[in-house]
Amino acid sequence: MKEIVVLSGKGGTGKTVILASFASLAQLPVIADCDVDAPNLHLLLSPEVKDRGIFSSSKVAVIDGRLCNSCMECLATCRFEAITTVGNKSVQKVAINTDACEGCGVCMRICPSGAVKLAERESGEWFVSNTRFGQMVHALLAPGGENSGKLVALVKQKARVIANQSGARMVLVDGPPGLSCPVISAAAGADLLVLVAEPTVSGQSDFIRIADLCNHMKADAVLVVNRFDINSEISDSIEREGTLRGIRCVGRIPYDDAIPIAMANVKTPIEWSDGPSKSAIIDTWKRIISRT
Amino acid sequence: MVRISIASGKGGTGKTLVATNLAAAAGNALLVDLDVEEPNCHLFFGVKELSREVVNRKVPFIDEEKCTVCGTCAKVCEFHAIASLAKSVLVFDELCHGCGACSRFCPEQAIGERDHAVGHIVRTSVDGLRGLVYGSLRIGEASSTVLIKRIKMEIPKDGLTIIDCPPGTACPAVESMRGSDLCVLVTEPTTFGFHDLKLALAVTKKLRLPRVVLLNKKGLPGPDVEKFCMENRISIIGEIPHERAIAEEYSKGRLLVSNPEHRRNFESVLGKLLEEAERR
Repeated sequence: MKEIVVLSGKGGTGKTVILASFASLAQLPVIADCDVDAPNLHLLLSPEVKDRGIFSSSKVAVIDGRLCNSCMECLATCRFEAITTVGNKSVQKVAINTDACEGCGVCMRICPSGAVKLAERESGEWFVSNTRFGQMVHALLAPGGENSGKLVALVKQKARVIANQSGARMVLVDGPPGLSCPVISAAAGADLLVLVAEPTVSGQSDFIRIADLCNHMKADAVLVVNRFDINSEISDSIEREGTLRGIRCVGRIPYDDAIPIAMANVKTPIEWSDGPSKSAIIDTWKRIISRT
Repeated sequence: MVRISIASGKGGTGKTLVATNLAAAAGNALLVDLDVEEPNCHLFFGVKELSREVVNRKVPFIDEEKCTVCGTCAKVCEFHAIASLAKSVLVFDELCHGCGACSRFCPEQAIGERDHAVGHIVRTSVDGLRGLVYGSLRIGEASSTVLIKRIKMEIPKDGLTIIDCPPGTACPAVESMRGSDLCVLVTEPTTFGFHDLKLALAVTKKLRLPRVVLLNKKGLPGPDVEKFCMENRISIIGEIPHERAIAEEYSKGRLLVSNPEHRRNFESVLGKLLEEAERR
């Protein structure tokens, strides 16, 4: 079983459309959407949810106001400024700012009157679904949810289990933008990372950083330049930066007005059009397959 | 003092385009790039670097002379960042949140703290801006919020500050938006853009942040964002048309405000934003 993860560093370079297109070309893959805080893949694949569950991996402090004697010790020890005071000067109580609380439990352990407890925090939901291209694992982090990296790891692990059980030969993963925990989590253990870059000065700078991260993680990666004809000069330059880092370009996909139309019609560009992007994506996929 | 944050949910909808051009149109704004994973604002200006400073977070350091491997530190760590083995204690820097529980509760006072670099902060001067400050996450570092919080401390009490936020709705985006007077959600009228706009609106609602929408790439086929905003009483503060020429200018790292027509558009958006921020 091979695992291919699409990443980009910069958001909006076309990861999801490309991954969905790959899913339409692959032989019964298992699909995973690891962009858990702004997932979009389901908008193209119309999954029918068959199993779901709550994701809670972190905790949050809860104060019992009846037991709190307002000694304010917790206020001074919290490193996340998650404890605030409420009430007027005569009856001051402490309260938890749940957005800032990281659930470390220091307040609970130092509270002399046992007024603080740690509670499970629901920070998202996961789904296993059927789609027209194969089974799909996806998730949705609660707004401002913590531990997106752990939710990504959970989605990937479920996808691998399904692939093993069903005998699927490939897991296709849509990754999140950026460089931090959810990205590292999505990239971990992959057989191949496909880095989608766009030819803009921002896109080039962001590609270099994600390419450096791939090398830091000693991961095998290839480059796809999307909308390459917006700026052919920068496209060439991105390819050179990739080559310098041992990352070969396996595809150049042209700008295509048919893509947002396909999207609005809940279709991948492969299913929707014979636009210029379609054949380029098919060629890219063939090169990726020959590598894995 | 007015702090305006530029956020989106979906990446690539034009946050940086809007943040840089608004700052340039304002003339005296401080531009702060909190997308520390992939900072880009500085690429659109001739920046002169003034200073660069490493930002650290605290991680435990175990004095093996004093450590009796009692296991207390591993027990109090809610993040599983410490493992107590048979003869030694192992610290996983990447999992540590820096809460200080291990050093506080170590009965032997065997745990101190050392610096772990998360990235750096760069202060620059730019013609036509009050300044531009950005952060850059160290490659391989898992968490960006410490760096984001540190950069926010650079924001002065006076004047106009425009903040470019990272995409998404998780902790880095939330930390970047938190504390602003007004949040501009930049969206595009595609299926993806519209979906993620609704996710971003859930975040501004949770943070109780005043928000307005800026519609970029207007004319792309997809859902009717304007109708949605009208029905939900969300004001659309401005729009930028979907034109290949704009994408090409942006690709070269050029500001749109060098074109008088676009400058007028951004000046008008800025005026409305300041009015809106004042009103709240």
